[in-house]
Amino acid sequence: MSPASVFVCLSLTLLSDYPVIRVKPDNSGVVTDGVKHSMNPFCEIAVEEAVKLKEKKFIKEVVAVSCGPTQVTETIRTALAMGCDRGIHVEVSGKDYEAMGPLQIAKIFAALAKKEEASLVILGKQAIDDDCNQTGQMTAALLDWPQGTFASEVTIDGEKVKVVREIDGGLETIKISMPAVLTADLRLNTPRYATLPNIMKAKKKKIANMKPADLGVDMVSRVEVLRVDEPPTRLAGVKVETVDDLVAKLKANGTI
Amino acid sequence: SRRGGRMMTFHLVYPGLPEMHQMMRQTCRDYADRELAPIAGKLDKEHLFPAQQVRELGAMGVMAVEVPEALGGAGMDYLAYSLAVEEISRGCGSTGCVVSVNNSLYIGPILKFGTPEQKDQWITPFTTGEKVGCFALSEPGNGSDAGAASTLARQEGGEWVLNGTKAWISNCWDASATVVFATTDKSLKHKGISAFLVPMPHPGLSLGKKEDKLGIRANSTANLILEDCRIPLGNMLGPRGSGFKIAMQTLDGGRIGIASQALGIAQAALDCAVDYAHKRTAFGAPIGKLQAVQFKLADMAVAVESARLLTWKAAMLKDAKKPFTKEAAMAKLSASEAATFCGHQSIQVLGGMGYVTDMPAERHYRDARITEIYEGTSEIQRLVIAGQLLKEYVP
Repeated sequence: MSPASVFVCLSLTLLSDYPVIRVKPDNSGVVTDGVKHSMNPFCEIAVEEAVKLKEKKFIKEVVAVSCGPTQVTETIRTALAMGCDRGIHVEVSGKDYEAMGPLQIAKIFAALAKKEEASLVILGKQAIDDDCNQTGQMTAALLDWPQGTFASEVTIDGEKVKVVREIDGGLETIKISMPAVLTADLRLNTPRYATLPNIMKAKKKKIANMKPADLGVDMVSRVEVLRVDEPPTRLAGVKVETVDDLVAKLKANGTI
Repeated sequence: SRRGGRMMTFHLVYPGLPEMHQMMRQTCRDYADRELAPIAGKLDKEHLFPAQQVRELGAMGVMAVEVPEALGGAGMDYLAYSLAVEEISRGCGSTGCVVSVNNSLYIGPILKFGTPEQKDQWITPFTTGEKVGCFALSEPGNGSDAGAASTLARQEGGEWVLNGTKAWISNCWDASATVVFATTDKSLKHKGISAFLVPMPHPGLSLGKKEDKLGIRANSTANLILEDCRIPLGNMLGPRGSGFKIAMQTLDGGRIGIASQALGIAQAALDCAVDYAHKRTAFGAPIGKLQAVQFKLADMAVAVESARLLTWKAAMLKDAKKPFTKEAAMAKLSASEAATFCGHQSIQVLGGMGYVTDMPAERHYRDARITEIYEGTSEIQRLVIAGQLLKEYVP
């Protein structure tokens, strides 16, 4: 039995090459107003993988899901233009959105995956603004599903998925049963450009709207951000003439 | 990082544009930033036709933006086309020219004046990027004076026989077909010109040497020589004697395409200058702090933005099927002059660095120059605008 639907869970992040990210004057976070946002690059890779699996006829339907304010629908629309069949926008805004972290998002994705009977949930391995690398793993744990994280290769084999994972020691190959959660790593694929005809088709695809309460998810955060600071400015180095000078200086400032 | 390039880019968000247009603009921008900008210098230096990129753009639907889906196109409107050409040209001016010529000058007249059979045969294969077309109107003896076409077409049995030389034909060395204009009835002067479809290569059709141009060097330009070139009677495009009308209407739309190309080049030049103004320090601060530099950047930005709005207006009028001849001419005139202005000032802001190939400013300067000449010189645009104005003010 081939899997029916695959959920691709998207994150909207601050643009990766934006020139200046500033810390808010009250050190409570970074300034996001007026900063361009776009689909998280690892999520683009996740969308591409899901669409490829559908093109190879391993799955029937790809659903693009994202949590956040209205802006997030642009990301879902882009995923639709890349080939997803329909979208779900879970609306979270204001204070809830500011406090939203991997645990709340994972709860939402888990509830949706169960509700819609997804066979596979694919996410980007981490968001490039907060680099948490937690949502996929938490979603799997909440669902009590197997997980194949940091995937650089995914092959569906009947009821199982073979995942090649990029780990510190090299590549690890595992086989897990579906339903399962996968997270996409950089080398999994090269995402396609949304073609113009697909952008036109995306116009007609549906994006359903709901709130976390509809899924019975409480958005209360268990994490409190105490302070956000910029990395300390890099100080100028000191040039020395000889190795002896270097050793003397290192001894003087207590390094050795 | 896949985002490539160290240059800051400007994330222009136009809330007034419909969502689909914003999305398609973003996809074209992403493609231009990642696939075109990194190779544009090489394409220019080696006069290389970007065949692979043209195929990829074809797969995205960019080579046939306005063509209905049934014929293999993207089925979008002229505003979308203008946005696409601007973004592609911002990455590579030459590639923008290939896109514009294929869409506006080759597919344009066939879409408007062709029979259903002609559309199937001459448009569909040219939507994928595998094949591109060209447009042969100008001759060595007449550019602006298009009515004086000396290329002749005579009927012999079941064929048209074409003789003559066409000059300055963009894309021709890489094209698989052309729309050619030839005189069928000399006595009728410009009402005796007809349009024809000729496949390339074809017996009786040969190409002159590739011109060695100042700019848009990845795009081939040469003479097209017709010596007893025989084509079936069915290859006439539109009614006999309507060639001049077809050419003029095609150029009206083509003007919006070239305006868009000029906008892309202008924007690239402006981006280069602003980026440099942030990074280059002199007199103890980034040169962007100096008023002399600020005034240049401001003037460049105003030139580009006002030309852009004129271009969008012309495109939107065309999409609404309203008269747009005057606006298209205004768009082409202002955008091409903005491109040469920005190209020039960008080099000035960069100083010595603007004069060497290490920075793209000199390429933008060279690429910009042609936009004031082809598809109607700036002088012709002024005549068109004045002509329309005088018609509007009936005493």
